[in-house]
Amino acid sequence: MRFERRPSTDGNGQPVRSSNAAARPSLFIRVAAFAGLAFMHLPVLVIVLYAFTTDDRTYAFPPPGLTLHWFDVAFARSDIWAAMRLSLRVAALATLCSIILGSLTALAMSRSRFRAKESITFLLILPLALPGIVTGIALLTAIKFASIDPGFWTIVAGHTTFCIVIVYNNVVARLRRLPPSWIEASMDLGADGWQTFRYIVLPQMATALLAGGMLAFALSFDEIIVTLFTAGHERTLPIWFFNELFRPRDRPVTNVVAVVVMVVTFIPILLAYSLTRSADERN
Amino acid sequence: MTTAIEFRDVTKCYGNVRAVDGVRLQIEAGEFFAMLGPSGSGKTTCLRLIAGFEAPDSGQILLDDNAVTALPPYERDVNTVFQDYALFPHMTVLENVAYGLRVRKVSRAEQQRRALEMLALVKLDAMAPRRPHQLSGGQRQRVSLARALINQPRVLLLDEPLGALDLKLREEMQIELKNLQRRLGITFVFVTHDQGEALSMADRIAVFDRGRIEQLDTPRGLYTRPNTAFVAKFVGGANVIEGALAQRLAGGASHDAPAFAVRAENILLGDVRNSAATDVMRCEGTIVDVQYHGAASRYQVRLSSGELLTAAAPDSIHQAHWRVDSAVSLSWSRDAVMPLQAAAASNST
Repeated sequence: MRFERRPSTDGNGQPVRSSNAAARPSLFIRVAAFAGLAFMHLPVLVIVLYAFTTDDRTYAFPPPGLTLHWFDVAFARSDIWAAMRLSLRVAALATLCSIILGSLTALAMSRSRFRAKESITFLLILPLALPGIVTGIALLTAIKFASIDPGFWTIVAGHTTFCIVIVYNNVVARLRRLPPSWIEASMDLGADGWQTFRYIVLPQMATALLAGGMLAFALSFDEIIVTLFTAGHERTLPIWFFNELFRPRDRPVTNVVAVVVMVVTFIPILLAYSLTRSADERN
Repeated sequence: MTTAIEFRDVTKCYGNVRAVDGVRLQIEAGEFFAMLGPSGSGKTTCLRLIAGFEAPDSGQILLDDNAVTALPPYERDVNTVFQDYALFPHMTVLENVAYGLRVRKVSRAEQQRRALEMLALVKLDAMAPRRPHQLSGGQRQRVSLARALINQPRVLLLDEPLGALDLKLREEMQIELKNLQRRLGITFVFVTHDQGEALSMADRIAVFDRGRIEQLDTPRGLYTRPNTAFVAKFVGGANVIEGALAQRLAGGASHDAPAFAVRAENILLGDVRNSAATDVMRCEGTIVDVQYHGAASRYQVRLSSGELLTAAAPDSIHQAHWRVDSAVSLSWSRDAVMPLQAAAASNST
């Protein structure tokens, strides 16, 4: 499954729910909706199917036979493992940075009121709205200007720029629903700022933080545009895919890796979704 | 008696609005003190200033004769019962009540014991393992009371604590709060917009209007001797008579005050007839509205000179023939007249 670079509503961690009270939609609308879903998801099924094919060159349908052979091949290739490891390390570190920076920003922005607040909120959201290619070029220029060798740390920094926004959006939405009287009550009962954060604010924003972190992880894991500009000689998993397109050696191996990536990103997204939903229902 | 809370010329502004405007105030230790006023009159801001949620722009706040103006809420020996109760939803009732001890690093066993003791005091010990959302409004109110009392504060602040309860529960809680305060001997400062609540519970009441204290008195004092037209109207809804009508009724020199108030229940309604008693004030008008209140009815009467007065009369049979458009006479004894300060004078207190 592809996770879009510019998600429209996931930033608030709020699933859009349709009302049950509405009348049943017409047959045409329902058929159109299923056609739309099929258009989006059938190509994904094709990838899964051809991870098991015995034909290593074409996409002939139906596949001449099914096999698990390509899983063995993929498993044995060290370049895949290296790319996978790098991507996981980058995603983990970018997520950690964005959890710390994003939640600190959210805390600062939600508890204060000042004139430039609107502009700063806009600047915070901008990296997510900006085309990745602009972010990439800007970062590459900055890296060259500072004469840093592009590599692991520049990828992490690049990913953090837009992962922060995901965490920030999730946490700030939760903090907005936190009644100020809870914080006042805590202080009133003798808790200082740190204790109030530890016992009241953190438990309240924990699920939002976790959800934001998981989305950020998934976003970083399959990011390619910004990565191309900041990676130097490093090869993350999406870059490995990109290269495979021009060197179609053992084509089903690419599909096998795609299936694995799908599973790796799908699990945290599902978890994040159920976490925010249960927290919403509790409140 | 010692002073528990003192305000020395405290002012607090929000933008251009003076929410609290040069308030001077002393609350005695052990007192049940009410701050009464319409919304936006500054009473809640005063409470928040005592708790430390707001800092004054100028002036001093003292607790037990120590200046606390610069202290944060967690360093003040004062606890608050919030209007929305502000119970922590991710903690059980017991954990909520024990919170004040937990942040003071009291041992776990001691926390448990004292929290259960407090819950027993408000008769909720059986609810200890529940979560706040499993309780009724009245029960949440009592949990927030227990939570605020566990640190044995010198002063308990209550921000419209009964506002969200229904009538029957509110009356029960009024009695319970009053008993609790008597038993614990803690100073209670109580913010309300409900004059009935303030009159029935408080030892003394400060009536707030536009950031100032209009009058500070005992409930009886406020009711029988309101200083200003605002207090007369806000506490008990008295008729305020001023200007030409006041001059005419007072008969020139017999009163210095250009304005006075008369309570609706002190006005006697009668059929229009000539009588020449000298110890009463008397005027005539037409009934424009009748409100039935059970024990008594309230009659709105438009005088021929245009003013609107309200008279309350017990609902007896011989009065039943008064209805809208009936011509009636209004009379009241001179003892019922409550002289008021002129508006200009009241603004400079």
